[in-house]
Amino acid sequence: MSPTRERLTPEPPSWLGIPPFPEAVKEALGKAEQRKNLRHATGTIRAKRVARADEVDNWEELRTAAAQIKDRVGRHLDDYLVQAEKAMTDAGVTVHWARDGKEANRIVADIAKAKGVDEVVKIKSMATQEIDLNEALEAEGIAAWETDLAELIVQLGHDLPSHILVPAIHRNRSEVREIFRTEMGTYGTPAPAGVSDNPEELTAAARTHLRDKFLRSKMAVSGGNFIIADTGTLVIVESEGNGRMCLTLPETLVSVVGIEKLLPTIEDLEVFLKLLPRSSTGERMNPYTSFWTGVTPGDGPQDLHVILLDNGRTNVLSDPVGRAALRCIRCSACLNICPVYERVGGHAYGSMYPGPIGAILGPQLRGLEEERDRALPYASTLCGACNDVCPVRIPFTDILVHLRHKVAEYKSSKHPTVEGGIMKGAGWVMSDGKHLASVQVASRAAGKLYRGKWIGPMPVPLAGRWLQARDVEAPPTETFREWWKKNREGGQK
Amino acid sequence: MLSPGTRVALFATCINDTMKPSIPIATVKLLERLGCTVVYPSKQTCCGQIMTNTGYYKDAVPTVRNYVDSFGEFDYIVGPSGSCVGSVREQHAMLARWAKDAPLEEAATAVSGRTYELTEFLVDVLGVTDVGAYFPHRVTYHPTCHSMRITKVGDRPMQLLKAVRGIDLVDLPMADQCCGFGGTFSVKNPDVSIAMASDKARHVRSTDAEYLVAGDQACLMNIGGVLHRQRSGIKTIHLAEILASTEEEVWVA
Ligand code: SF4
Repeated sequence: MSPTRERLTPEPPSWLGIPPFPEAVKEALGKAEQRKNLRHATGTIRAKRVARADEVDNWEELRTAAAQIKDRVGRHLDDYLVQAEKAMTDAGVTVHWARDGKEANRIVADIAKAKGVDEVVKIKSMATQEIDLNEALEAEGIAAWETDLAELIVQLGHDLPSHILVPAIHRNRSEVREIFRTEMGTYGTPAPAGVSDNPEELTAAARTHLRDKFLRSKMAVSGGNFIIADTGTLVIVESEGNGRMCLTLPETLVSVVGIEKLLPTIEDLEVFLKLLPRSSTGERMNPYTSFWTGVTPGDGPQDLHVILLDNGRTNVLSDPVGRAALRCIRCSACLNICPVYERVGGHAYGSMYPGPIGAILGPQLRGLEEERDRALPYASTLCGACNDVCPVRIPFTDILVHLRHKVAEYKSSKHPTVEGGIMKGAGWVMSDGKHLASVQVASRAAGKLYRGKWIGPMPVPLAGRWLQARDVEAPPTETFREWWKKNREGGQK
Repeated sequence: MLSPGTRVALFATCINDTMKPSIPIATVKLLERLGCTVVYPSKQTCCGQIMTNTGYYKDAVPTVRNYVDSFGEFDYIVGPSGSCVGSVREQHAMLARWAKDAPLEEAATAVSGRTYELTEFLVDVLGVTDVGAYFPHRVTYHPTCHSMRITKVGDRPMQLLKAVRGIDLVDLPMADQCCGFGGTFSVKNPDVSIAMASDKARHVRSTDAEYLVAGDQACLMNIGGVLHRQRSGIKTIHLAEILASTEEEVWVA
């Protein structure tokens, strides 16, 4: 390690520096190459998902079953949590409870310190991203190393993840090569001199770089895909095998798991192991599935800690409409299908949960105090593609509209807004045909002025934005209402 | 099949009434040609979607009330818009519930159950797919998100289009992708909206069609606006207008 380096791990940028969605998208939209990559990557995975879902006869029933299981867990979460805690404790797991990220991070750091370790290897995990664990550990003098290939690219690139499953989806091969070439040596085994941008060579470089960390580490940190409440079994699915290295080599394993990740019994898991890989990577089965029921002497981690994390989840649960977001199994199908995500990528959402699920989960977990969270429910056209693709049937469009209502209420509780005024006006106009007819006088006047022409760019607020790239046909000189009067009600005006 | 002269209430929708009356006019002529007696309750306005989807429930409730008042007495209410019909069916009862108005919720549920998107009414209620239309042009069809996923019109528009005489129907690449309109989305996120509309316009141009057809005027206005700015020469047309067009009465010059 270089002696001048102040940090143990590469410093990432902060999500907090990213402006609200409508502003943040500008940068992403300007990157033609990234847009092309995203279109290609999401397009490929979409097609694979369809093929794999189509070969399951009862796909729609499975989705319903998954939604119902998750909802049942939500309804009886208190019971299942107590049951899971007991089963895990009986199997030799130390169970911790964390109200928020700060508490969870503290627990992980304390375990590391008690073990006397100053570095940990990590399995890709959204929960630890959510609580910014790596930075918290860094501040305590503990280095956290990502071992998932894409997470490694993001970490070494001083970057932020932009996709739930493929965090480096925004990077191309030559960028990855550059990152490996310049950064790997600073933080461990360097990439071979003259490494090319051939994927095999890059993977080999990553493997060598990581191997040394796997073999040295005494402690691993993971998330968890599921916890089986009645047996206390922790289930982790992954596709690279790096996770299995983390799960088997170090003596200590600490898993940070959201409290919504419970399943009542092992039978329930069947449904999810069919849905998850097909929805996320378009594969029939994920390559590695690990089950840990407590500790087994001489096999795997000898000290297993599970931190049950709330961090806003009980608030989400208390909202009868929004709570369906807690069904999410992080497959990322909604990102891959989303036409908005396809164009702007993940960073514009300002959090590690991008795309449709980010738009509904982020503002619910964090609340609406910040402008970026108030903008997210509007980062969708309500096209509904995510509704149809989600393996746990999250009704995205309903939740988005529900959250928009909360945002509107939040804003008007502060002070009257222009938008609120417009909507109030629209509400009055649309409350009766007579009102609408009186307003149509103006559109007809415009119609007479522009008669049959198209209206081009114009420096007017709101409409001006529309007219940046589109023309608009002038309104007609006669509304339907008038036509009807003349042609079907005897011509009296 | 309905008996001749069945009374059908036309839900013209505010955008068509104000900006594109040729669509409800086409709907009237089509339904009359098929033997219906069309009624237009002039108290009607709008489905309330603009307010609802922007989050202003309070301002949307009066539209629900007005819709129920305008259409409550009819057995068949037909609208030439997948989006507005979807909003009536999916959102009106929810808004009434939010307003804690149980009688309104009950009425809204009943009325929305009698509300049909035009192609649903033609295929399911009237039982026709060949409406005797004639439209000798090269046409590509955009399914629109709300017609397809909220109102679930399925392949009914295609069944109807295929039966049109003289038509040259060509597939639209990436047809099921959103055009980026999304109501206030196009104003709140103009840059993304334009990126999406431009891609849609590119796909439409690649078909060499003379006309882009859809069941929702708002999407046509969005895509058509880009096509016009690009001087593509491709025109947009609503499904009702194609179906209204016959050899005797050509709809577009
Ligand atoms: S919301 Fe649904 S589709 Fe999106 S990541 Fe979660 S489970 Fe997958």
